[in-house]
Amino acid sequence: MPRPEMHGVVVIGAGHAGVEAAASLRAGGYSGPVTVVGAERHLPYQRPPLSKEMLADGGDPGALALRSEAFFADRGIVLRHGPAVDVDRARQQVHIAGDRPLDYDHLVLATGAAPRRIELPGRSLRGVAELRTLDDALALRASLVGAGRMVVLGGGFIGMEVASAARKRGVDVSVVELADRLLGRAVSPPVSAAVAAHHRADGVGLCFGEHATELVGDAGHVTGVRTGSGRVLPADLVVLGIGATAEDGLARRAGLATDGGVLVDRWLTTSDPRIIAIGDCAVVCDPATGTRRRLESIQNATDHGRYAAARILGEERPYCALPWFWSNQGALRLQLVGIAGDSAELVVRGDAARFSVFCMRDGRLTAVESVNDPGTHMAARRLLERATPGEAELVAVDYDVRALARRVLARETAVA
Amino acid sequence: MPKVTYVYDDGSEHTVEVAVATSLMRAALRNQVRGIVGECGGAATCGTCHVYLDHSTEEFGPPSGDEDEMLEWTAAPRAENSRLSCQLVPTEEGAHLVVRVPAEQV
Ligand SMILES: Cc1cc2nc3c(=O)[nH]c(=O)nc-3n(C[C@H](O)[C@H](O)[C@H](O)COP(=O)(O)OP(=O)(O)OC[C@H]3O[C@@H](n4cnc5c(N)ncnc54)[C@H](O)[C@@H]3O)c2cc1C
Ligand code: FES
Repeated sequence: MPRPEMHGVVVIGAGHAGVEAAASLRAGGYSGPVTVVGAERHLPYQRPPLSKEMLADGGDPGALALRSEAFFADRGIVLRHGPAVDVDRARQQVHIAGDRPLDYDHLVLATGAAPRRIELPGRSLRGVAELRTLDDALALRASLVGAGRMVVLGGGFIGMEVASAARKRGVDVSVVELADRLLGRAVSPPVSAAVAAHHRADGVGLCFGEHATELVGDAGHVTGVRTGSGRVLPADLVVLGIGATAEDGLARRAGLATDGGVLVDRWLTTSDPRIIAIGDCAVVCDPATGTRRRLESIQNATDHGRYAAARILGEERPYCALPWFWSNQGALRLQLVGIAGDSAELVVRGDAARFSVFCMRDGRLTAVESVNDPGTHMAARRLLERATPGEAELVAVDYDVRALARRVLARETAVA
Repeated sequence: MPKVTYVYDDGSEHTVEVAVATSLMRAALRNQVRGIVGECGGAATCGTCHVYLDHSTEEFGPPSGDEDEMLEWTAAPRAENSRLSCQLVPTEEGAHLVVRVPAEQV
């Protein structure tokens, strides 16, 4: 007989993953106490708009709430103001600064990620911003109003989204990127090239093969970025978009296994069977192949959250989901599904304005990256959720994945 | 304020008031309407905010080309009146809109 649940579930981190876990527990019929400990003062909110609409159009921060206050109250999900400072695994308790400890039967770590730290002279000058939280976004939006010239360090998703938003407000923008292309870690070269062309046409200056060596300033405020080649790019606003690292300090202090994030097995369980880690902070390890992967996406966070709830409610099957990501940069719309891998062979279909890249590994389709091509992308997503077609199948339909997806879905309906 | 009635798959209804300029996806999430996911937050990229819009309303223009393409691949079958609720933003003060929420979104 299972041991009766007395203390319930404590979730640390009130972001996309944590809130989804709590909501799914209730939706799945969990009746014990559910507490979500959050470090931020806002009602849990959506992060993606922070680098998009929120900066560009001056969107309303209230509209970002993931769920209403009543949603939590009606479901008996208690939101506690943190941060959680320690986990006592022997006692199964979470310590919150200046508050009584919380007991748990199951603990869910959903602490997310934080902007990568950079040791750079001038880092603490005013006008140097990073972007992770709603407060960061509100501050950056205020700075954009008076800004004339902005330099973004890092040509990743957040950097390029911020660049678009700033251009929309008439700010002069340059991006400094060490690699020779944009979004290098996430997308294939044809997509990088399309993204670069889009931003160039929008008036964004792109400096490849360059890195910042110093932020220069005057009277405590940033005035420019010195790069490895010795030149100084003038700026009254500098945004650091150099990536994020997992928030795993709490897990490390608690003695859980970590390696660039909280290590979990295919059941998203940490080295302590009573603790699950989900979302941006979790490194999922496949024992069969030894591959380890930490993803930063809404799909990953919400699917992890749903799975964590199901697992606590008795799910036996390991976690399995198809990775998916999107980014909007002005009029440019990117959608990514699956994991391409370095050795992928690429087949590009479409024209410069609208195309998809099919990434093949060992003769099978593993990922599709789309630029302004939502129909093809959604079809690919539906297809990859069900099967990974081989090259012969794709060639037979001339890479028309809509046709292939229609066929697969029709077969499914026929069987059902 | 405009009103929106969300009709669930089992026929039950949930009516909420929506501020002008708030999308039907956002209003659904904020008011605990079941069955609308809105994974992409309203960027018309995920297709998890699919609804069937009652024909008695002509408040909105036709779907854009991109919305139209997305609608072909929603989890529940597409109908003539299928829309992405994140793209439906009421602009008329007194409007009363009716949408049906499909049984599945993901
Ligand atoms: C600006 C921006 C734009 C993005 N755009 C996209 C996009 O377009 N598409 C996409 O798929 N993904 C996007 N992402 C990534 C996506 O937001 C993350 O993958 C997702 O938020 C991860 O969810 P999470 O719950 O794991 O972490 P988070 O949402 O970061 O939530 C973690 C929470 O835990 C809290 N916390 C940390 N430590 C403690 C503690 N000790 N005690 C209590 N609370 C704690 C933090 O304050 C935080 O609120 C974007 C991210 C950012 C920052
Ligand atoms: S919320 Fe993603 S398409 Fe509407």
